[in-house]
Amino acid sequence: MTTKKAPADTRVVIGMSGGVDSSVAALLLKQQGYEVIGIFMKNWDDTDESGHCTATEDFEDVRSVCDQIGIPYYSVNFEKQYWDKVFTYFLEEYKAGRTPNPDVMCNKEIKFKAFLEHAKSLGADYLATGHYAQVVEREDGVAMLRGVDTNKDQTYFLNQLTQEQLQQVMFPLGHLEKSSVRQLAEAAGLATAKKKDSTGICFIGERNFKEFLGEYLPARPGEMQTMDGKVMGKHDGLMYHTIGQRHGLGIGGAGEPWFAVGKDLKRNVLLVEQGFYHDALFSTSLHATGMNICTTKKLPESFSCTAKFRYRQPDTKVTVQLICDKAIVTFDEPVRAVTPGQAVVLYDGEECLGGGTIDEVFKDGNKLTYVG
Amino acid sequence: MRQAIYLDYAATTPMHPVVLKRFAEALHDTYGNPSSTHQAGREAKKLLEQARTSLARSIGASPNEIILTSGGTEADNLAIFGTANAMHEQGRHIITTEIEHHAVLNPCKQLESQGYEVTYLKPNQTGAISAEQVANALTDETILVSVMYGNNEVGTIQPIVEIGKLLQSHQAIFHTDAVQAYGTAIINVDELQVDLLSVSAHKLNGPNGIGFLYERSGTKLPSQIIGGAQEKKRRAGTENVPATIAFAEAVEIAEQTKEENTSLYQTYQERMQEIFQQHQIAFKPTVPADIPVLPHIFHVSFPGADVETLLMGLDIEGVAVSSGSACTAGSFEPSHVVTAMFGTESDNARNSIRISFGYGLDLSMVEEAAKRIATVIKRLVK
Repeated sequence: MTTKKAPADTRVVIGMSGGVDSSVAALLLKQQGYEVIGIFMKNWDDTDESGHCTATEDFEDVRSVCDQIGIPYYSVNFEKQYWDKVFTYFLEEYKAGRTPNPDVMCNKEIKFKAFLEHAKSLGADYLATGHYAQVVEREDGVAMLRGVDTNKDQTYFLNQLTQEQLQQVMFPLGHLEKSSVRQLAEAAGLATAKKKDSTGICFIGERNFKEFLGEYLPARPGEMQTMDGKVMGKHDGLMYHTIGQRHGLGIGGAGEPWFAVGKDLKRNVLLVEQGFYHDALFSTSLHATGMNICTTKKLPESFSCTAKFRYRQPDTKVTVQLICDKAIVTFDEPVRAVTPGQAVVLYDGEECLGGGTIDEVFKDGNKLTYVG
Repeated sequence: MRQAIYLDYAATTPMHPVVLKRFAEALHDTYGNPSSTHQAGREAKKLLEQARTSLARSIGASPNEIILTSGGTEADNLAIFGTANAMHEQGRHIITTEIEHHAVLNPCKQLESQGYEVTYLKPNQTGAISAEQVANALTDETILVSVMYGNNEVGTIQPIVEIGKLLQSHQAIFHTDAVQAYGTAIINVDELQVDLLSVSAHKLNGPNGIGFLYERSGTKLPSQIIGGAQEKKRRAGTENVPATIAFAEAVEIAEQTKEENTSLYQTYQERMQEIFQQHQIAFKPTVPADIPVLPHIFHVSFPGADVETLLMGLDIEGVAVSSGSACTAGSFEPSHVVTAMFGTESDNARNSIRISFGYGLDLSMVEEAAKRIATVIKRLVK
């Protein structure tokens, strides 16, 4: 699938969401002379009582844009796979008191697995998406680099892609700033040029997260306590809270604001403390599972690099010890609100080395059992 | 993307150049309203009635039995709702089949919601229903039997003559949707003993937006579109004269070529199967060879293939075909016809396509299309 051919002889399937990013990505590929095929993926059905469905509107946008660019377009349905591989995982993680990252899982299981297979079955040489990341050729394969627009860089979500997958993908927007992407869309008069970026998790959309989760998981209200066991009030359900957030606690009174610092699943207690920089929010190392190394670089058992523990966070200097598909990541400085369920993603300069799922968090060698 | 070979004539057809010329002339010259009493009106009326006579002749009917409509769907709607309106005092039971076009099924469903009882006959695995099934479903309350002439997806021809015979001694009105059949089957309303028959021009190289309902003299059918007194008060609205003229032209061409096309399409289908065999791809015609089918339809399944991916792959390689299964905005709806034949558990709705032949094809194009299909199937089925 990776033999170099002239663009005109290279078939590229591009995943189109009906948003401005994938629209421009398709446009750029077409301008570069590739044989481009746009495909809309439907992963979630949100049809409401009046028959309204976001996917139908998004597909209409895909249709308009593809007609403007002059490429064929189709739609495929991955609802079942998405439910089985992504949504089930999402719920399981919340049940376990963790904060999952469905976008990472969607990229791993749907976009770059099921969808990639689909693209190949259509004779595609490459699968392209509108992600802000770059794939550059190396002597022994390819490297995934951060997107040039540091604010939009999406390598965090792509950390589970293998070297083999990366060799089959294209990210036409990786070298662009988001503002230029909008400009290109407007200059080309694309129907999606002024479309608002989607926010939040794709299947929840603009809806209230709490309400959404409540439809699928039973919420068990319980107590909020300080780490010393002082009762500070009640919570609606542990799953509604994420470590490090102050939102929705509703604890008044004097002094600094209150933050969720941990969950005691057994007692169904939300642990809270006062102050953004409260000591209980900081950790110094983590254990990760499901480590995927996508770089072709030979990594020693132990090495230094930088890492991100959540999307759009600045990098932290770390030391990594790889043990099969697990890793111990030790931070040079304590880091606030490292949350199990989220991804830990490793970087060497601009190159994304890979990543895994944060499983356990430690402070000075002691497992933070309440952070989960 | 390669230049597509069009094999989706059952969906719609390109206009025949002779028809197109006639259509353009009529659009230019025949602008009068046939209801007007002046010269332009009389000229339009004359050409309209000539066309109607020609259309009537094609099915062995008389001109006053032809109600011009906007197409097959309107003709089906008029037949079903009109009969229900006219006959509601004689009963409220309708018999149809599970494999009708939605232009028949959905009006029937609407009547159900209005208190009518509808029996949907289930086809066998060849896509056929039997006159015996109709006989068993008939009651004293039955006012309408609507069974299509030839299925638009799999092509199976229904026993219209036998059903017509059966209904001779019954009050029920007999309607057949012949939209898919009209271009390739030889149809005579007296041989079929049907009371109502729907057709459409765009399936036989005529223009879109014109069709007719044959209504046997003496059948009561209140107009479903209310307005002026056109079509002997059976369908209001100014007649589409140029389209009707073009329609009649298309029908005349079809009449002259039906027999020749039947054997030609048979050759196409056989040749395609030979090529599939040469390329050693697994395939199975949906309807066995000894069952009568519309000659232009070749419905075939490819075990192990997925129809959505298959249709995309074929489009990319330049073969235009379709499946009765719909996939819009990513939602897959299996074909109601194939599902009725083989059940919901069968793979057939997920791995079959409809190939259909028509004007403009030649053997070399069909051969090339078969090769492209084989290429795509080989890539898909591992």
